[in-house]
Amino acid sequence: MSAGKDLKYTAEHEWLSIEGNVATIGITDYAAEKLGDVVFVDLPKVGAKVESGRVVGEIESTKSVGELFAPVSGTVVEANAEVIQAPELVNDDPFGTGWMIKVEVENASVFASEDLMDESAYKALVGE
Amino acid sequence: MSAPETTQYRTPLHEIHERAGAQFTDFAGWQMPVSYGSDLQEHDAVRTAAGIFDISHMAEIEVAGLHAAEFLDYALAGKLSAIAIGQAKYSLLLNESAGILDDLIVYRQDDEKFLVVANAGNHDVALAELQNRAKDFDVQVTDLSFETALIAVQGPNALEVLQATAELQAMDAATPIADLKYYRFSYATLHGAKVLVARTGYTGEDGFELYLPVALAPALWEALINAGGAFGLIPAGLAARDTLRLEAGMPLYGHELKADVLPEQVGLGKVVSLAKEGDFVGRSAAENELNPQARKLVGLSSEGRRAGRAGYQLFVGTKEIGEITSGALSPTLGHPIAMAMVDPAFQTEGTEIEIDVRGTRIPAKVVPLPFYKREKN
Repeated sequence: MSAGKDLKYTAEHEWLSIEGNVATIGITDYAAEKLGDVVFVDLPKVGAKVESGRVVGEIESTKSVGELFAPVSGTVVEANAEVIQAPELVNDDPFGTGWMIKVEVENASVFASEDLMDESAYKALVGE
Repeated sequence: MSAPETTQYRTPLHEIHERAGAQFTDFAGWQMPVSYGSDLQEHDAVRTAAGIFDISHMAEIEVAGLHAAEFLDYALAGKLSAIAIGQAKYSLLLNESAGILDDLIVYRQDDEKFLVVANAGNHDVALAELQNRAKDFDVQVTDLSFETALIAVQGPNALEVLQATAELQAMDAATPIADLKYYRFSYATLHGAKVLVARTGYTGEDGFELYLPVALAPALWEALINAGGAFGLIPAGLAARDTLRLEAGMPLYGHELKADVLPEQVGLGKVVSLAKEGDFVGRSAAENELNPQARKLVGLSSEGRRAGRAGYQLFVGTKEIGEITSGALSPTLGHPIAMAMVDPAFQTEGTEIEIDVRGTRIPAKVVPLPFYKREKN
């Protein structure tokens, strides 16, 4: 796994990179590999309110459809236009240019939630 | 030989796939490679160069004996007694209601010996049906599934790959591979063992399927990979196989073909030989006129990148008029395609309908099958 140690992870195979009140969110290399070649990405609009645990986007490969869940509640402050144009970025660089959305939360304390795993817990979950 | 006592079968090439970085999926109780990294690259290799597939999960059933040909005429929908030695024929296993229990390829190896190849998911059903139907015939039905490996080499460069594979030697008196016509087969040897080489496939490209004893499968795979590199051959998994067959308009059991689907509904009416003499299983039902209300299989094409998938419903206005059986973004064409069963009023080419893609209606048009046809030289 090429992810940084500072990332947080969800059981739905998303990663969060946290700066202040804003989390950059993407899917992990494990999820990208399981999906296969991604050919379509649908993301929420900037300004949209998202609720933790709800589906906010879709990630389709040739063979299946994956859902993007909001790992925290907040407001979408940026959506990656590049990944919509070039969905293969999800496979090529899931932790980098393949990021999906940035969500601003009201209180950064939500990032301490037990639902968000550290790297070692996530690795244990996916059996690496 | 009976099935090994495991619930998860592995093909003889499992370790080779692991080393090649394959991702596996459970398919009909088998651990099968779904892709080796990029299913799109694998798909593209088969369309433009060549791909190699491990499809050893397929079921091989030998039918041999004095009545082999007459038996198959009775047990299956086609007239198998009419095919020549060295010829293959696509056929169907029907139930008494003429519903499709499986689709098969039958190879005639001798006057009194045939190889019937069934889907892995229908191994038990196909074997049991053939055995039951054989009771009044002088014929032996033998399951060779667990001792037979099957490797497919598909793509415009498939012939060059086989010709460059020195380990695969022509047999005396066997038809040279280059002279094999589509749906014909011959034999070669690999380290002294006989390999059945058939010009058949499930991708819409030229290509070959090679049947051989499981013990020799790794040697053949490695030899083909080594020789094939110069021709752009790469290993390809079930994900690419599925998009390739969908583009080629080829039906898949469990999707287009089911026990409650009649051949005529899915464009396979001509596979059922009503002209052949004698009774066959499903005959009286197949002779009935198709219910004019019955759904039929059509092709659907849509724009954008959001594909309708198997099970998604089709609408015209508020009326549900059909259901997708297989669908994906076509890697070759660059837009979504699907096969679907639709009501009679909506089967004509050009008919506009809507696909319910998880709550969003996406417009689509009825188009002829197949979606993709290779240019023949």
